[in-house]
Amino acid sequence: MKPDISTKVGQIELERPTMLASGILGISLEVFARLYKDGAGALVTKSLSKEPWDGYPNPTIVGVKSGYLNAVGLSNPGAPYFAKMIESNTTVPIIVSLVGSLEEDFVFMIKQFENVKILGYELNLSCPHVEKVGLDVGDDPDLVKKIVKSVKSHSKVPVIAKVGLGSSDYLETVSAACESGIDGITAINTIRAMGIDVETTRPLLSNKIGGLSGSAIKPIAVRCVYEISSKFDIPIIGCGGVSDWEDAVEFILAGASAVQIGSAIGEKWTGIFSEINNGISKYMEKKGISKINEMIGIAKKF
Amino acid sequence: MQRNFNKPLVVKIEKIIEETPTVRTLVFSDEVFANVLPGQFAMVWIPGVNELPMSVMISLEKGKGALTVRKHGVASTSLYNFKVGDYIGMRGPYGNSFTIKQGKLLLVGGGTGLVPLMRLLTFLKKTDEVIVLIGAKTKEEVFFEKLANQLLEHNKHEIIVVTEDGTYGKSGLVTDEMENLLSEKKFDAVYTCGPEKMMHKVVQLAHAKKFHVQASLERMMKCGMGICGSCCADEVLVCRDGTVFDGDYLLSNKEFGYTHRNKAGILENY
Repeated sequence: MKPDISTKVGQIELERPTMLASGILGISLEVFARLYKDGAGALVTKSLSKEPWDGYPNPTIVGVKSGYLNAVGLSNPGAPYFAKMIESNTTVPIIVSLVGSLEEDFVFMIKQFENVKILGYELNLSCPHVEKVGLDVGDDPDLVKKIVKSVKSHSKVPVIAKVGLGSSDYLETVSAACESGIDGITAINTIRAMGIDVETTRPLLSNKIGGLSGSAIKPIAVRCVYEISSKFDIPIIGCGGVSDWEDAVEFILAGASAVQIGSAIGEKWTGIFSEINNGISKYMEKKGISKINEMIGIAKKF
Repeated sequence: MQRNFNKPLVVKIEKIIEETPTVRTLVFSDEVFANVLPGQFAMVWIPGVNELPMSVMISLEKGKGALTVRKHGVASTSLYNFKVGDYIGMRGPYGNSFTIKQGKLLLVGGGTGLVPLMRLLTFLKKTDEVIVLIGAKTKEEVFFEKLANQLLEHNKHEIIVVTEDGTYGKSGLVTDEMENLLSEKKFDAVYTCGPEKMMHKVVQLAHAKKFHVQASLERMMKCGMGICGSCCADEVLVCRDGTVFDGDYLLSNKEFGYTHRNKAGILENY
């Protein structure tokens, strides 16, 4: 019998365990529909703010050995515009990523999506290259508690927190989010990094410092998923350098219920979702595993 | 060491060609960018200023590539003012290319949209019969007419320049002239690059006659390699699925000819 690759992240049910990571290709409903057709189990939007943001000037993304550096600067059309853009959605499983500094920002944004069909929210507590939001919020567990509590009290759909490696212990952020009723954790975001061109002696990115993504960060991300899964009873989505089915399975064995894919789309394009789904399915067949949840976190028994 | 095409290759500007009072071509050495396909582009790093998607211009010298820039916004004006010896960074090449057909070919270009069309001319067979329509606002903004003649010296060809104010060549819109041509001539393929409203009309005209037609599109770009999503047009990503699309497809695309997204991702009308 063909293995069942559907999975659940808390209350969020996914037909397939591969999701589009936030920040990647995520600004139009038409592109989301295409990626869903191409095999993605859910699509996470670019992080939306209260108002439209232009982001930083280019260069905003460059390739480095085994990954990418980016400081896009959270460019996005703003929550009200985006909510209107996807209001006709009926079939595409969308998770809306939100970014802000205060509880009020998040509550305002959630109001915009009240009548839009979405699977849930992902709070960006981990963008490493924009001040006063992202990691600046994630690094402050008290602020995380306030934001999660207020989002949870206003949202009708599940809420996930995306955490990353900032200047404080990320497990404290996870702990604060869990205490405040979060429904799941996405780990991790890009990691603060930079590159310098030796010919011109200039930083490669206009913002100088950005985030590192891609294969280079995968072992770090697997470690984080393993740690969170060992210490907390919370559904986890693994994110960071997934580029083939083996990477995806590694995250699941570490404790993830699903994975998000970003940078690798740059190399393999949109076929990557079905490629990984098929790879996971074949692996399960070979190992005699019939459902994803039979293998979540089983590496922890050793 | 293997070259990382996603990291800027820093090159020195070796020569500058004045095309018009507002357009210059900057020449540099690199085997990869010298030999890109027509329609492919580079993300061009203007250090300290910005990075722009630009079609890679040909050079008549072997092993050299070039960039043809019109001074327009802050970034393009800055690049326009670069001097010989200055450094720029080149990421890529990215994107697909025109499908090269044989026979009677029509190329319709406006402004720096002529860049991929000039490169396309270098891929043609001697037996091809070629008409190049060059559109410009006024006489002093006409460029690449001589170059097109030079590239097509062994082909049966015609270069028709159309200026909006009638100060040079024919008067009016380049698409009006195309309509005249199509009333009496058949083509095996039509290629276009330039302002989107112009391309939209070119595609409609060619499609109505059932001629194979392709257009190379431009959109706001950040990554250039299919990651950031900035350049989406309906369900396609111009940087990765394009820049070249078939006319048949384009006429079913909701955005072609009408809208594009700004830096924040908000749709704006052309």
